[in-house]
Amino acid sequence: MESLYAITTGVLTACGLYLVLRGRTFPVVVGLTLLSYAVNLFLFSMGGLTTDGAAILDGPSDYADPLPQALVLTAIVIGFAMTAFVVILAMRARSEAGNDHVDGRKHEDGEGRP
Amino acid sequence: MTLLWIALLPLLGVVVPAFTQRRGRRFCSLATAVLPALALLLTFGQLPGLAAGEALRFAVDWVPTLGLDLAFRLDGLSVLFNLLILGIGLLILLYAHYYLSPEEPFGRFYAYLILFMASMVGIVMSDNLLLLWLFWELTSISSFLLIGYWSHRSDARKGARMALTVTGAGGLALLAGLLLLGDMVGSYDMNVVLASGDIILADPRYPIMLVLVLLGAFTKSAQFPFQFWLPHAMAAPTPVSAYLHSATMVKAGIFLMARLHPAIAGSELWSVIVSLVGMATLIYGAWFALLKTDLKGILAFSTVSHLGLITVLLGIGTPMAVLAALFHILNHAAFKAALFMSAGIIDHETGTRELGRLGGLRRAMPVTAVLTSVAGAAMAGVPLLNGFLSKEMFFTEALETPVLGGLSWLMPVLATLGGILSVAYSLRLVHAVFFKPAREVPPKSPHEPPWLMRAPVILLVVICVVVGLAPVLAEGLLGLALQPVLGEAFEFHLAIWHGVNLPLLMSLVALVAGIATYWRHPDLRRFLKGFRPVDARLVFEAAVQHLGRGAERGLAWFDGGSLQRYMTWLLLAALLMGGLGLANMPLLTGDKGNQPLDGVLLLGAGLLIFGGIATAATHRYRLISLLMLSVVGLVVALTFARFSAPDLALTQLSVEVVTMILLMLALFFLPQKTPRESSNRRSLRDVVLAGALGMVVASLNYAVLTRDNAPISGFFLENSVPGGGGSNVVNVILVDFRGFDTLGEITVLALAGLAIFKLLNRLRLFMPHSDGEGRLWSPDRYPAILTSISMALLPLALLVSAFIFLRGHNQPGGGFIAGLVTAVALILLYMARGVEWVQQRLDFPYQPVAIAGVAVATLTGLGSWLFGYPFLTSSFGYFTLPLVGKFELATAMLFDLGVYLAVVGATLMILANLGKVTTPHRPAKEAASSFDTAPPPRSGKEKR
Repeated sequence: MESLYAITTGVLTACGLYLVLRGRTFPVVVGLTLLSYAVNLFLFSMGGLTTDGAAILDGPSDYADPLPQALVLTAIVIGFAMTAFVVILAMRARSEAGNDHVDGRKHEDGEGRP
Repeated sequence: MTLLWIALLPLLGVVVPAFTQRRGRRFCSLATAVLPALALLLTFGQLPGLAAGEALRFAVDWVPTLGLDLAFRLDGLSVLFNLLILGIGLLILLYAHYYLSPEEPFGRFYAYLILFMASMVGIVMSDNLLLLWLFWELTSISSFLLIGYWSHRSDARKGARMALTVTGAGGLALLAGLLLLGDMVGSYDMNVVLASGDIILADPRYPIMLVLVLLGAFTKSAQFPFQFWLPHAMAAPTPVSAYLHSATMVKAGIFLMARLHPAIAGSELWSVIVSLVGMATLIYGAWFALLKTDLKGILAFSTVSHLGLITVLLGIGTPMAVLAALFHILNHAAFKAALFMSAGIIDHETGTRELGRLGGLRRAMPVTAVLTSVAGAAMAGVPLLNGFLSKEMFFTEALETPVLGGLSWLMPVLATLGGILSVAYSLRLVHAVFFKPAREVPPKSPHEPPWLMRAPVILLVVICVVVGLAPVLAEGLLGLALQPVLGEAFEFHLAIWHGVNLPLLMSLVALVAGIATYWRHPDLRRFLKGFRPVDARLVFEAAVQHLGRGAERGLAWFDGGSLQRYMTWLLLAALLMGGLGLANMPLLTGDKGNQPLDGVLLLGAGLLIFGGIATAATHRYRLISLLMLSVVGLVVALTFARFSAPDLALTQLSVEVVTMILLMLALFFLPQKTPRESSNRRSLRDVVLAGALGMVVASLNYAVLTRDNAPISGFFLENSVPGGGGSNVVNVILVDFRGFDTLGEITVLALAGLAIFKLLNRLRLFMPHSDGEGRLWSPDRYPAILTSISMALLPLALLVSAFIFLRGHNQPGGGFIAGLVTAVALILLYMARGVEWVQQRLDFPYQPVAIAGVAVATLTGLGSWLFGYPFLTSSFGYFTLPLVGKFELATAMLFDLGVYLAVVGATLMILANLGKVTTPHRPAKEAASSFDTAPPPRSGKEKR
C-alpha cells in the first residue's frame, strides 16, 4: 500500500512539474494545481496511512495523526487562493501583454484563434 | 548612563532640523546646535573622573547572540576625538549657517551633518567591535549624502559615489577583519580585545586580519593607494570638506589604528605596512598639493599628506611616536579646518577657487589674509605654531626608527622631503591668493564676510597659536588620550625648544628648500606638463560602468524573463539536493514494511495516475485537460476519506468544486488550445527532468512511510478535550493550538481576494462568441432544471453549512468547510440565474465580509488580552438551556466564525467578481458600485 501511495504521489508530482515547465499560462496554472495535489498527499502521508482510524476523540481507538491533517487542510484552502490569484494574473497579463506566454518571448506567434 | 546620553544626544539631534526648519534658518541652526553642545558639555563633565583614573563604561545587551552590545566607553582617546568632532562640528554649524545660500534646503544639510557627527561620536565611543563597525558604516553613508548634497551637480554625484564605493568596500574588509579579530579573542568586547594582544599576535590568522583591518582604515583615511577618492569628495559644500575631510571622517581610520593599537600593533608586519603606506601617502599627497590649482584641491591633497604623516607615526609605534601622532591629529584638525573655512570664505566672496584667477586679496580681505597666513604657517611647520611642534616630533621619530632595517635612513630623508613640499604648497596657497598681484578680476567683488562666519576660523587660529606657544596646555588632554593607546601611562613633556639638534636642522632645511621650491615651482609645472594626467574619476567611472555592463549582461543571461528557465534551474537544484540526500541513505525501505493492498486502493491509485498523466498529456486541449484534473482532485478527496481524514475529504471536495468553476471561468477568457511550440527535444528534456523529480519525491515518500516515526501529535490528542474543549482534534488544532497560523492563513486568503478584485478592475478582455471549434454558445443560458434545483438547494445547503459549522469543534467540519459549502451554494445560484439576477437579490459587496472575518478572528484573539491571557488563548464552558439541553460554548467558535466569514468572503470575492466580467449587459445600477470604472466589454476581434 505504501509503495503504491508513494508511486502515485511521484507520478502526480512529475505530471505537475512537466506542466509547470510549459511556456503558456494556462498549462502552468493546471500544473501548479496538480502539483499542489501531490504536495498535499505527500504532506498528509507524513503522519502515516491509517485505515479506519477514529476521526474524533470518543474512546480508545486508533487515531489518524491530526497534525498533518490540520496542515493540509489550510494548505488546500491557501492553495485555492494561490491558484485563483495566478489564474487571474494570467488573464490580466494576457489583457495587458496581448499574449499568454511565460517563456520570455514578447511576440505573438500562431495563438489558437477563437 | 551619561555615556549613553553623550552618544545618543547627537543621534537624537538628527531629527531636530526636520522639526525646526519651518521656523526659519536662524532658529533651526540654533536648535540644531543644542543637542551636540549638550553632548560636548557632558563630555567635559566627565573629564575630572577620567583624570582620576575612572573607567567610564556603559553596556546593555543588544543582540547578544551575535555578540553585539550597545556598549560605550569614554577614555582619553574618545575624549580627544569627541572634542574634535563635537567642537569643530559646532563651529562648522555656525559657519554653514552663513555659507549656504538661503534657497538651499538647509534642514536636510543639517540633518546629514548631525547624522555624521552622531556616527563619528559612535565610532570613537564604541566599546564593542561590531558596534564600532555599525557606526563606521553610518559615517560612510552620511558622508555619501553630504558629498552628494548638491545632487544636481554631476561631479558631486560622482564624487559621492566614489567615496561611498571606496569607503564602503573598505568597510566590508573591516567587518571581515573585525570578525576575525573577535573570533581570535572569543569576544567583541573592546576591553577583552585590547587586553589580548599576545593571543592575537600569536594567532596564525593575524596577517590576514591585520591586512583586512588596515584596508578599512586606509580606505577611510585616504591612504595610498586609496587616496583618490578624497580630492573628488571636494565637490561637497565647503563646510562638509572642512568637517569630514580635514577634521573628522578621514581621521576615523587613524582613530581605528590608534584604538586597536594595543591589540594588533606589536608586530613587525604592522610597522612595515603602516609606516610605508603612510610615507607613500605623505609624499604623494604633498607632491600633488603642490601641483593643484584649485584651492580645495590643494587642501585635499595636503590633507592626504598629513594623514600619511600621522599614519607613519602610528606605524613607528614608540610611545613618543604615538604621542606625536595624537598631537598632530589635534593640530592638523585645527589648522586644516581653519584653512578649509578660509577657502570657503574666499570661494564665497570671490566666486572662484582657482588660484590662477585669484590674487591680491590681502587688500580686500585683510583679516582673512592674516588668519589664513597663520593657519598656513602652522601647516608648513613654522616655529612658534602648533604644526611646528608635532612636525618636529615627527622628524625626531623618523630619525630614530629602525623600522626599515638597513634602509632606515630613508625615513628621515623622506620626512624632510615631505616637509619641503609642505612648506612649498603652504606658501603657494597663501601667497598666490593674498599677496601675488591678481591676473584677472574675480567674478564677484571680494569683501570680508560677516564676522560670525569668520569667528570659527579665528577660534581655530587662536588655538594654533596658543598651543604653539604653550604646548603645556595640551599635555593633560594628550596624556589622557595616550594612555588607552599605549595601554599604560607614559610620562612626557612638550617643549618648544630642545636645543640645536638634527630635527631642528631638518626643519630649517625644509623651510629654506620649501621656499626655494615654491620660487622655482613654475619650472616644475612646465616640466610636468609633458606627462599625461590621469584623472582618477575617469578611471573610476570607466571601471564602474564596465562592471555595470558586465552585471547587466550576466543578468540578461540569467534573468531572461522566461519562467521555464527559472523553473528549470530551480528544479535542477531541487533534484540535486534531493538526489544527494537519497543517495546517502543506506536503505530505502524502512523496517515498518508495507500494509496489504486491496482492490479499491488499486482502483483509486490507477485513477489518480491515469488522471495525472492524462492532464499532462492533453494539456494542449485545455478543456479536456481541466476535466482530467478534476478527476484527480476528486480521487484525492476520496483518498483522504479512505485514510481516515474526513475533514480533509470534505475540504478537498468543496475546494475542488470552486477550483474547477474558477478555472473554467478563466479558460473562457484564455485561448482554448495551446499551440504546439516545444520542440521534441525540449519536451523530452522536461519529461526527463519532471520524471526524475517525481522519482525523488516517490522515493522520499516511500522512505518516510515505511519508517516508524514518533509523531508530536500526542500532545494535541491528549489536550484537545481538556485544553481546547473539542473532540475534533483537527479543528481544535486549527482554531486553538495553532490559531495564530490560521489567522495568518485567512489573512492571506482575504488578501488574495482583494488582490484579485484589483486585478479584475478595468480588465479588458476579449470574449469569444463561440468555443474553440467555432460552435456558438448554447442559447439556453440558464437551464430550467438547474435553475429550479439550485433554488431549492440553497436553503438546504445553507442549513448544512450551518450544521457543519456548529458541530465542527467536536465532529468533522468547522469554519473552513462550512465557509466553502456556503460559497459553493451561492456560486451555484450565480451560475443558475446569472450575475444580474443574484445581484438584485443579494446586493452587497463581499470585500467587507472577508475583512470582517479576519477582524472577528483577530478581535477574538485580542479579547484574551482583556482577561490577562496571551493572544488567542481560548476558553470554553458548558451551559444548559431548557429544551436544548447541555451544550458547549467556546471562544474558539467565535474564531471559527471569523474563519468562516473570511472563507466565504474571499471565495465569493474571487468568483463573483470574475463572473461579473463575463456578464455582457451590466445593470445600470452597477455604475454606482465599486466596479464602475470597468469599461464596457467589447465585441469583435481580439486586440492583438
